[in-house]
Amino acid sequence: MTEEIIIAGFGGQGVLSMGKTLAYSGIMQDQEVAWMPSYGPEMRGGTANVTVILSDSRISSPILQEFDTAIILNQQSLDKFEKMVKPGGTLIYDPNGITRHPQRTDINIYWVEATEEAARMKNAKTFNMIVLGAFLKVKPIVKLENVKKGLEKSLPQRHHHLIPMNQEAIGRGMEIVKKVN
Amino acid sequence: MAELRLMKGNEAIAEAAIRCGCDGYFGYPITPQSEVLETLMARKPWEETGMVVLQAESEIAAINMVYGGAGCGKKVMTSSSSPGISLKQEGITYIAGAELPCLIVNVVRGGPGLGTIQPAQSDYFQAVKGGGHGDYKLIVLAPASVQEMYDYVDLGFELAFKYRNPVMILSDGIIGQMMEKVQIGPYKPRMTDEEIVAKYGSWATTGKTPNRQRNIITSLDLDPNRQEQFNLKLQCKYKEIEEKEVRFEKIACDDAEYLLVAYGSSSRICQKVVDLAREKEIKVGLLRPITLFPYPTKAIQAMLGHLKGILAVEMSTGQMVEDVRLAVEGKVAVEHYGRMGGAIPTPQDVLKALEEKIIKG
Repeated sequence: MTEEIIIAGFGGQGVLSMGKTLAYSGIMQDQEVAWMPSYGPEMRGGTANVTVILSDSRISSPILQEFDTAIILNQQSLDKFEKMVKPGGTLIYDPNGITRHPQRTDINIYWVEATEEAARMKNAKTFNMIVLGAFLKVKPIVKLENVKKGLEKSLPQRHHHLIPMNQEAIGRGMEIVKKVN
Repeated sequence: MAELRLMKGNEAIAEAAIRCGCDGYFGYPITPQSEVLETLMARKPWEETGMVVLQAESEIAAINMVYGGAGCGKKVMTSSSSPGISLKQEGITYIAGAELPCLIVNVVRGGPGLGTIQPAQSDYFQAVKGGGHGDYKLIVLAPASVQEMYDYVDLGFELAFKYRNPVMILSDGIIGQMMEKVQIGPYKPRMTDEEIVAKYGSWATTGKTPNRQRNIITSLDLDPNRQEQFNLKLQCKYKEIEEKEVRFEKIACDDAEYLLVAYGSSSRICQKVVDLAREKEIKVGLLRPITLFPYPTKAIQAMLGHLKGILAVEMSTGQMVEDVRLAVEGKVAVEHYGRMGGAIPTPQDVLKALEEKIIKG
């Protein structure tokens, strides 16, 4: 199994840390992982994206032109990455702020209204874990127990009390994700 | 017990330095390698192993601190990115000329000049063919994964001390910024002066003892005969390194009709190209030099019998390709494909170039 994922949105949305959680979860189940961020003179409010690859075998290129899954969190990223999903692949996006929705008919498209749900949960910081939950519902490539282990490993001890809240957000994401095509 | 961690390449360099018993790191921040210094400062190894970490006032100061530390027989290193490595060249040639061991990490970005902060491989000539003045060589290691960033710090120091020669890890912004799974090794204790003398001989300026000659660290000798003899001695050392220290990896080469030659991050991209090409039933293999000096010349020559063409892939206008051509001596077509200035080729771009330049060409 190899899953090549692009996660893209605004800086500050937790794009990079969502990718890190996913990568750590992969390590917890003995997979090879790669996490390749776009880096540059970027800042909060600018665009940010990260390629995450999980595989049962050695990972080749962290630089990719097509992806199994695109997780898209703003319009610029949708415009850029919709065409880079492999035919038959998956696109998950938050419709919040999107005016031009995805057009492709040869891929599976899902909605996760994570911005709204995070507001309902009264915690904007759970946004990225809601999105991660949506992804894990559609593509259960890592076990939830390994996501928990990954969070335990990646977060410093002083933040461990936040893990149940993150798990709850993942659970909410799994519930609210819906297929739109 | 071995521990697995998700780390950036730059973080792996820092962690490996602490654990391999490095005595001192001297650096100055520059994107895309600043996490080396940041990680070291956050880890505070001076409290744990006694390792010195110092942010110097400039790259030039940092490399000369390395020169001083190395002269005292210490395991010392610096890291920077392309423009900073250019500033260090005077110190590097002095260190090579004084035959001192040290580790220099270059996390390459696009040039020339200040260029860009995005990844590139356009410092190959500088690393492999000189950089500073005079007839000297660095041993150059090219990691292609975060694990190798970690592993080559220890390997680099081993080679540096074995040959009393500066070693460079030639990485780039992709490997530096990427996170992968890394197996962290146990701590090696820092070596004492006595242990260094026992293992590598008495050459460092650690204070003269009554029963030996004074050790002098210098790269200056105004007598032409002695200076020529010294140059010949250096060349003997480089020859020995060429005979003993060549490292490379071959992927899908056994039945290959076409060969990709690529190092570092380009070799990762090319691994995918091999997969894509094999799906199309094109027999492509990959030779990945791990040491850039010494270059795996013989490994390329040994494959020429069954090759129809070679494509050297690097994120530059074509530097390593010259060493491929020197190895091939015109026996097989050799072409170059590269992007530059921080642009990164995708596997599909490389496959297209292979088809257009080599297979149809």
